[in-house]
Amino acid sequence: MIELKDIHKTFTRKGQTIEALKGVNLRVDKGDIFGVIGYSGAGKSTLIRMVNYLERPTKGRVFVEGEALDQFSPVQLRKTKKKIGMIFQHFNLLESKTVYDNIAIPLVLLKQDKKSIRERVTELLQFIGLADKADSYPKELSGGQKQRVGIARALASNPSILLCDEATSALDPQTTKSILDLLKKINEEYHITILMITHEMAVIQQICNKVAVMEQGEIIEQGEVLEVFGNPQHPTTESFVRTVIQTSVPESVLQSLSPEGAGRLFKLKFAGGNASEPIIDSLIRKYNVSVNILFANMSQIQNTTLGMMIVQLGGEDRDIFRAVEFLGSRGVEIGELQDLQEFQNRRKDPVIAESHKDRVIKEVTAV
Amino acid sequence: MNTIITADQLFQALRETVVMVGVSLFFGALLGIPIGIVLVITRPGGILQNRFVFAVLNPLINVVRSLPFIILLVAIIPFTRLLVHTSIGTSAAIVPLVVYVAPYIGRLVENSLLEVSPGIMEAAEAMGATTFQVIWHFLLPEAFGSLILTMTTATIGLIGATAMAGTVGGGGIGDLAISYGYQRFDTFVILVTVAILIVFVQGIQSAGNRFARKARRD
Repeated sequence: MIELKDIHKTFTRKGQTIEALKGVNLRVDKGDIFGVIGYSGAGKSTLIRMVNYLERPTKGRVFVEGEALDQFSPVQLRKTKKKIGMIFQHFNLLESKTVYDNIAIPLVLLKQDKKSIRERVTELLQFIGLADKADSYPKELSGGQKQRVGIARALASNPSILLCDEATSALDPQTTKSILDLLKKINEEYHITILMITHEMAVIQQICNKVAVMEQGEIIEQGEVLEVFGNPQHPTTESFVRTVIQTSVPESVLQSLSPEGAGRLFKLKFAGGNASEPIIDSLIRKYNVSVNILFANMSQIQNTTLGMMIVQLGGEDRDIFRAVEFLGSRGVEIGELQDLQEFQNRRKDPVIAESHKDRVIKEVTAV
Repeated sequence: MNTIITADQLFQALRETVVMVGVSLFFGALLGIPIGIVLVITRPGGILQNRFVFAVLNPLINVVRSLPFIILLVAIIPFTRLLVHTSIGTSAAIVPLVVYVAPYIGRLVENSLLEVSPGIMEAAEAMGATTFQVIWHFLLPEAFGSLILTMTTATIGLIGATAMAGTVGGGGIGDLAISYGYQRFDTFVILVTVAILIVFVQGIQSAGNRFARKARRD
């Protein structure tokens, strides 16, 4: 378990003071795969370095497995660091040592005997699938293989926490996926808590169960991944979510809408269980409304489906109202799109159009 | 071509040069490598940052390195006498050679160690390595190829410096070239000694490059 309490960090460079972290609170529970996302310069690198005290907070306290790091002597601190593995964007392997010796380093530092080092390193080489590369040098490996070695090295001393500093940012999408799968496997098989920082929402989407969004040294939003993806509150979060899930109505759909078109426009959002229920089917059968699906998008997050739909409902206002009520009762989040005419007029004004592009939805709770 | 020196003199000089270079390189490295390490770890931002040590050591090295070798040689004669109980001969030349080369090696080692990527140092720190472990398991192995080149450069620098060792009767190839070739106009001696020095320097540089390449796995 990791807990950061009101962490502040200021750097002074050339007489200028930079506030990298401004009162960050974060709690990572045992077994979590916790992702911190933010643009470069948001302070996420500084944040992850607080956990193993590579950087010390100017103010605030860091707790690892319930113990405050600031009360530790240098000796105790080194001991704690051995319980926290870390992998890096640029792998940071020793070019002068073989894959075997790189993985063995943490154990050599622990002064373990040769035999138990051999056993552990052999086991780890099997685990990362590089048993045949034991005598190779890092220079002879691909990026993905290097990161696997980095992971094995981080796991050598049996840590309870793994810190990932942009671990996949230097890798191609295919390799990224295989590394993320490996991290997930580590989390499940070894019950290691993972804290990772990244600027790619796809990484969060693929393996994290919790996420925190950082901007200018502050956490602007955090929670369960499904929650944050389904209902982003902050514009920055929204733009991150949009990189993996399309949440705005495509231009082509807007073009095809005519003011004379019958029916009212609604945006539906649903998550988890109700995504697999035949809601639309029930809607048509039970209520006297016509349903025209203009846009639909389904995304897989963890083991849950997150869906978004734009539908045009036609019929009597009374029927539409009851239909909306029905959808609300099934856990579907529903909002009506603003009056089409007004909406299209706004789009003609480029300034307003830009600021209203994604905010044309007037939230109406199913009364 | 006529010459005034004998083959024995030449071999004697060769031996003296090898002894002077070898011994002073050994002691120079023994002092210089730790100096380089201390410079790297105590510098601002280093793993054992120490303003005081760095502020004393850094300019001190510059002072010693500013002195022309011939001046250093004479200036430290009392110190030489204290250490080796004589102020003339090969062993008397070795003391100033060590004093000359140690700060030089220190500076070169510092440069080599600074080439080690900060990422490696960060990984070491994240693993909870002690200062000694960082130096022994990370810093030195990663800089090994570069350190070989450093020692190569230092050795060649030493060969140049031994030429002045004649001033205190240290002998050697360089001394032979100056006292027989230059001062007695013996062209043959000049040609032979210069040829020998060229072979020395070339050989050492090639060997150094080869070993460094091997260490770096290029």
